[in-house]
Amino acid sequence: MTDPSPLWEVFVRARRGLSHTHVGSLHAPDAELALRNARDLYTRRQEGVSIWVVPASAITASSPDEKDAFFDPAADKVYRHPTFYEVPDGVAHL
Amino acid sequence: MYGNDFGAPEEASGGGLLGEVEAAEAALREAAARQRRGAPASDDDLAGFFAEVVEADQKIEPRDWMPEAYRKTLIRQIAQHAHSEIIGMQPEGNWISRAPSLKRKAILLAKVQDEAGHGLYLYAAAETLGISRDELVDLLLNGRQKYSSIFNYPTLTWADVGAIGWLVDGAAIVNQVPLCRCSYGPYARAMIRICKEESFHQRQGYEILHTLSHGTPEQKAMAQDALDRWWYPSLAMFGPPDGESTHSTQSMAWKIKRFSNDELRQRFVDMCVQQAEILGLTIPDPDLRWNDERQAYDFTQPDYDELMRVISGDGPCNRQRMAHRRQAHADGAWVREAATAYAAKRAAENKEKVAA
Repeated sequence: MTDPSPLWEVFVRARRGLSHTHVGSLHAPDAELALRNARDLYTRRQEGVSIWVVPASAITASSPDEKDAFFDPAADKVYRHPTFYEVPDGVAHL
Repeated sequence: MYGNDFGAPEEASGGGLLGEVEAAEAALREAAARQRRGAPASDDDLAGFFAEVVEADQKIEPRDWMPEAYRKTLIRQIAQHAHSEIIGMQPEGNWISRAPSLKRKAILLAKVQDEAGHGLYLYAAAETLGISRDELVDLLLNGRQKYSSIFNYPTLTWADVGAIGWLVDGAAIVNQVPLCRCSYGPYARAMIRICKEESFHQRQGYEILHTLSHGTPEQKAMAQDALDRWWYPSLAMFGPPDGESTHSTQSMAWKIKRFSNDELRQRFVDMCVQQAEILGLTIPDPDLRWNDERQAYDFTQPDYDELMRVISGDGPCNRQRMAHRRQAHADGAWVREAATAYAAKRAAENKEKVAA
């Protein structure tokens, strides 16, 4: 019995101009095989033009338990959104 | 999530079941966009938060708190589904080398490869619930988890490949389309992807039967024989009747399951009648007739004793299917070992280079 091969998360760029999007995961012993398996598993119907594979163990995730505290600082910074600002009538190109 | 994946324009606006998959996908995005509090207020609030998310038709995600029984039910169901995809490669794989033309062979190869892919999406979804791939494979190989009873029936003729595509994949789609709305996010997303691919499977099966049933009398007889043998086992795929189904009520409350076994079976029969007419084949049920009052077809129920016998191991091919799977797994051991050894060697070389 061999050691279980590591888990990889797969990100696919669907078309030029779009960012890579998480599509799923798979097992593979190394990055090269992970990439080849990802091609066979997630792009059988031309779903992508580029693939990233990332060892799942290398991902640090925020925990849902601390979601409120973690994302709260963004909630009181409405001025980050353009809709915060009042634009005087008649101003163009703004 | 996978909305950009499929290029064919006629598929994007597809009606019927494909339309329902699209609708489920849109509902998933819509539910995700709805504003709601982001996390449980305290540890005492976990169950309340879970219930609220399910009630709001939003998705439970892997790191969320969930009732232990919900986790166990999902692992059992997703694993069984994954095993079915993997074992399901065998009855069709049986005909790859004997497909009647190069075109049919290429299509069948692609379809069987899809089944492997579906198994892998589902294993990955099950793994997010905290069980490992190796454990899942072991549970299948030592018979402690089941797969769909339908794959314990033999594929005796080429027409059976058509019947599997039309009826078995058709029943699977009817079963699976509602699962695109399942409350567990990774399962719902895997099902959306799978359902889109399954529709090619169903159409290719239907096309095989259509070609045969419009061919020579012998070919038509072969198609009819396949329908005769696969009809009732396909009806049995929806599981025991509602009164006897053990897991249904709780699964409905958790929105893992959205319709009862009998509702889905009825939907399947209602779809198939007209499709069989166009094939010019006869569904082997003398009591099949339109019921105007119910606005649905009356039909003969499958033999549920037979279903139970096949599930418990006594179908025509149970032993063969499991023996084949164990053999394939054992035969692949050297490949897995070699790939692991190669990866370890490469990693060690890279370390040396860095050190130097």
